[in-house]
Amino acid sequence: MLKVTGLQKIYNGGSTAVEAVRDLTFELAEGELVCLVGPSGCGKTTLLKCIAGLMTPTGGTVELAGEPVLSPPPGMAVVFQEYGRSLFPWMSVRANVELPLKEKKLPRARREELVTESLEAVGLTAFSDSYPWQLSGGMQQRVAIARAIAYEPQVLLMDEPFAAVDAQTRADLEDLVREIWQRLGVTVLFVTHDIDEAVYLGERVLVLSNSPTVVQDDVTVDLPAERDQLGTRQDERFTRLRARVYAQIQQAKKGTAPAPA
Amino acid sequence: MSRPTVDEDRETTRETVPATPTEQESPVARPPRRRTGAARAAGPALRTAHVLLLPTVLVGVYWAFTAQPGAGFYTPTPDAIAVAFAELWFSERFFVDVLPSLGRLLVGFAVAALIGIALGTLLGLDARVRATVEPVLEFLRAIPPPVLVPLMIMLAGIDDGMKIMVIVFGCVWPILLNTVEGVRAVDPVLADTARCYGVTGTTRLRVLVLRSASPQIMAGLRLSLALAIILMVISEMFASSSGLGFAIVQFQRTFAIPEMWAGMVLLGIMGFALSSLFELVEGRVLGWYRGSRAAHRGE
Repeated sequence: MLKVTGLQKIYNGGSTAVEAVRDLTFELAEGELVCLVGPSGCGKTTLLKCIAGLMTPTGGTVELAGEPVLSPPPGMAVVFQEYGRSLFPWMSVRANVELPLKEKKLPRARREELVTESLEAVGLTAFSDSYPWQLSGGMQQRVAIARAIAYEPQVLLMDEPFAAVDAQTRADLEDLVREIWQRLGVTVLFVTHDIDEAVYLGERVLVLSNSPTVVQDDVTVDLPAERDQLGTRQDERFTRLRARVYAQIQQAKKGTAPAPA
Repeated sequence: MSRPTVDEDRETTRETVPATPTEQESPVARPPRRRTGAARAAGPALRTAHVLLLPTVLVGVYWAFTAQPGAGFYTPTPDAIAVAFAELWFSERFFVDVLPSLGRLLVGFAVAALIGIALGTLLGLDARVRATVEPVLEFLRAIPPPVLVPLMIMLAGIDDGMKIMVIVFGCVWPILLNTVEGVRAVDPVLADTARCYGVTGTTRLRVLVLRSASPQIMAGLRLSLALAIILMVISEMFASSSGLGFAIVQFQRTFAIPEMWAGMVLLGIMGFALSSLFELVEGRVLGWYRGSRAAHRGE
């Protein structure tokens, strides 16, 4: 579904060039939920922008359903970390969710159906006429998620979406993402710096190395499909996976990649 | 290009992170509009009294000063001004002097707004065009608009066209420069979001760029409105046969002092009414902006 091959990004700043991403290759199967985790400053955002078609990579290709991504593709929705800056403050919650659907030229009835459904899915039906800034941080990020799922994307990209919300809200939103993913069967690429979150959410975890970035490890998460915040996190397999990813990240920070376990 | 410093807190607009990072999910949304404490406490009657208090005191002081014997020919008492005011402006002079002035002012302001916003958007969006045009604009901006009057008289005659051109030439700059700044300051995350969701072309201009720049554009318009009144009067003081500026100069030359004062009072009232009207429009256009800023401050 989503295929990244030999992706490289070099930032040219006059005489100095910084290689943010060196050689990234990975693939997401249709309907997969993959978490991407790496040490801070490893080029996660660069990678995500390249995948989203917002940035042109120096080398390599990104393909969505066999089509090369050169500009933001219609089948892709993105949820940004900065929820407060990715919602239109002059539009109501409903209008925010509806805007991309208007651009897709969907008929009015269908738009209303999608907006209602997606707001219901994130539990914000009562706030459809509010403005984003009238809502708490967690609720704003729910609006952004509602907008993304109403768009009916083939691939949903999430760039550290819960990094700026408090711990309790974060747990709720993690469960919301799992629930939406299971119900809609959408392919999800979830970028995070939080190891626990990556293991808890993902079916697979890709561990990135330090900059210049390569894929350091590809961990299959063999946890049951139904996860819950208490049970899963106490599961012995969860702890083992967490330890493995943690060790990889530590290695990545030192800049020496060990042979994958 | 030197920037007019009207947007004192753009930074707070841009980082739309909640005031408290550990904010809990609140089951109740915040009310949509917030009023200041004073405005909420006071009823309409009390508020009117509040507004009228200082003007009443000032007029009273002026009256006490001018009512003294020998206070002078050039400073008539308020009642004399009021009589002149009623006689002058509740007559056909209203149609001869006031309405044409107001018409030129509004047309000039509207044309300046149109040019300023259109050109400002173009310059704000395109760095290359900006680099090409900026030095010329800087030069034109440095010319005080009133000195254009003699030239405009030669080029466009002494009728409405000349006066409107003077108003446009003076008013366009604050609008233009503020629009450029506002358009350039579109939040990059919001711009990325729009791109991802296929919001492009004229829709992008309408729902993203112009809306996002609207606080700065409105600030520019507000400055220009005040300028428009000044330029309206100045343009009418030269080679003119009607209008408020012309009337005031005429009164002064014929020693019709209370009438001259009545003209000044009318200008003050006009300016006040226009700026109140502007505030009303601004409140509607920028309701979201005020609300979100209040939310950031944690009100």
